[in-house]
Amino acid sequence: MRVVIAEDHALLRDGLIRLLEAHDFQVVEAVDNGPRLVPALVEHRPDVAVVDVRLPPTFTDEGLKAAIEARRQVPNLPILVLSQYVEQLYARELLTGGGGAVGYLLKDRVSNVADFLDSVRRVAGGGTAMDPDVIGQLLARNTRDEPISRLTPRESEVLGLMAEGRSNAAIAAALFVTEKAVSKHTNNIFAKLDLPPSEDDNRRVMAVLTYLSSR
Amino acid sequence: MTITQAPPQAPMRFPRLAQPFIALFLAVLAELGIAFFVLNVVAVPLIAVWVGIPLLLVFVPCVRWFANCHRTLFGAISGTEIPRPYKKPPLPGVLMWLRTTLTDPATWRDIAWLLANAVVGFVLTLVSAVLFFTTAFYLIYPLLVGVTPHGVFDEPFGGLITLNFWQSFGMVPLGLVAFGLWYAVGERLLKADAVLGRSLLGPTESAKLAIRVRELSESRAETVDTQAAELRRIERDLHDGAQARLAALSMNLGMAEEMVSRDPAQAAALLTEARESASTALSELRDLVRGIHPPVLADRGLEGAVKALALTCPFKVDVTIELPGRPPAPVESAAYFAVAEALANIVKHSAATTAWIQITHESERLHILVGDDGVGGATVRPGGGLHGIERRLNAFDGTLTVASPTGGPTTVIMELPCESSSLKITPSSGTA
Repeated sequence: MRVVIAEDHALLRDGLIRLLEAHDFQVVEAVDNGPRLVPALVEHRPDVAVVDVRLPPTFTDEGLKAAIEARRQVPNLPILVLSQYVEQLYARELLTGGGGAVGYLLKDRVSNVADFLDSVRRVAGGGTAMDPDVIGQLLARNTRDEPISRLTPRESEVLGLMAEGRSNAAIAAALFVTEKAVSKHTNNIFAKLDLPPSEDDNRRVMAVLTYLSSR
Repeated sequence: MTITQAPPQAPMRFPRLAQPFIALFLAVLAELGIAFFVLNVVAVPLIAVWVGIPLLLVFVPCVRWFANCHRTLFGAISGTEIPRPYKKPPLPGVLMWLRTTLTDPATWRDIAWLLANAVVGFVLTLVSAVLFFTTAFYLIYPLLVGVTPHGVFDEPFGGLITLNFWQSFGMVPLGLVAFGLWYAVGERLLKADAVLGRSLLGPTESAKLAIRVRELSESRAETVDTQAAELRRIERDLHDGAQARLAALSMNLGMAEEMVSRDPAQAAALLTEARESASTALSELRDLVRGIHPPVLADRGLEGAVKALALTCPFKVDVTIELPGRPPAPVESAAYFAVAEALANIVKHSAATTAWIQITHESERLHILVGDDGVGGATVRPGGGLHGIERRLNAFDGTLTVASPTGGPTTVIMELPCESSSLKITPSSGTA
């Protein structure tokens, strides 16, 4: 799988390259600044890009803006955005336009290698990878929401994992239950939130995220 | 909603019919003031023989109290408050107090006012009152003549003429004349008295500066205190948090290194532990950074940061921001934390279901309004959230006003000076 990396810290950049190459990814370019990023993405059209939010020259949200710009030029270009902190505002901006193939994770998540690689592969495959912190904030915001308060604790847990972008199989593995049980929970959730049921993982995630952030 | 400055000509706070009585009251007080004047004038030379000191210790506070009552009254008459111009003694002690008091121009201006008030003020207020009472008197004159025995009211102008009941109706037009005069000048005379009072009781230019210096040094001391406390908090957080975790992390790594060939399973467990403590350290550092200067504020400015803040509230928050540019970083940060604190207050206390934030820039000030539809009854209490905001804003000469009747809604109005020239016009941070 071909990857483009954007990270200005040499140590972290080398670490990411080493990590990804050790797991059968091919890093086609690693850039260390914002202006170079969009051309690199458009030129290589990688299977997935891993982008740091804060890049030179402004050290603000260059990476995010470049990601959004690149996706405007190459629709549905899979991009996983990494950041030292997460903001719902940014998550929302990344998700605008829909379509999936985006991820937004805290940098710390890289340390859990298996989970991180799973997220990269998910994004490359057109899925979504939202940081548990973003989802946690979204859920906390919706505690006063009536339909959400009707969910059982287990269902809330499933909702959270689903919103992160995980498949039924992954949710089942994380909660140590059968896939069938998860699918029963998701059906209940969709019924309680009055969302159209969907077997397609990606469309399901979008429906849930839209529901949560529209409040 | 538009924000208007206070009108320059503030209205009189007393209704017209109350004014004659206020004027009469002031006239009486003006004459009582003579007593204070005399007592002070007598006491000052007596300082030479020490007796004056205890006398002044009693009289000066009396005069100040008397003058303060008048400041309040005059403030209500002219519609704008008269600040108290007195200097505070820099150190405690009777002699220090005496010295400050005797060198304070306000002390002497009070005494000058007592005299001016007893002469000019007395005339002004008395005329204002008398015009009204004359009106009343002549309007009921025939009645008075009718019900009183001969010789009491029927010989006006010092007995120059004698009137019977019917003739006395001829005097009623005088009442109308007096009424016209009173209506035309009664309030103005009272206001003139207030102007006289303000000119002597109000602070002089240098006293105004002294008051300003006092305010500034107080707010500066508070700012320094707050900052020192903040630094201590950061130091403690780093010391107990990230630093301790990094130390544990490097210890774990060292042990794992040593154990990796002997006991790989144990080494792996140590490595897992190390990774966890690194994660925790990172998350603590993240929280700390957010408290010092939220990254989203640096990225997106006040508008983006406040919108991000609104997104994390458990209720709907309408955000309207109209700024021609980005305020200087310190102002931006103060405004952000003020809004954050106000929202936190709403979440904690108000039981609101919606809130709104409005930020505009007008007449060289940043106006920040945060409102909610909650239970109301919010007040600025020492140690409370609103007090914290007030202190934060004070450092920038900003102000905080709370309108929060019991039952709601609550509006917190914050203002921060911010010159238009200091607004940075940045390329729009527009995103897809």
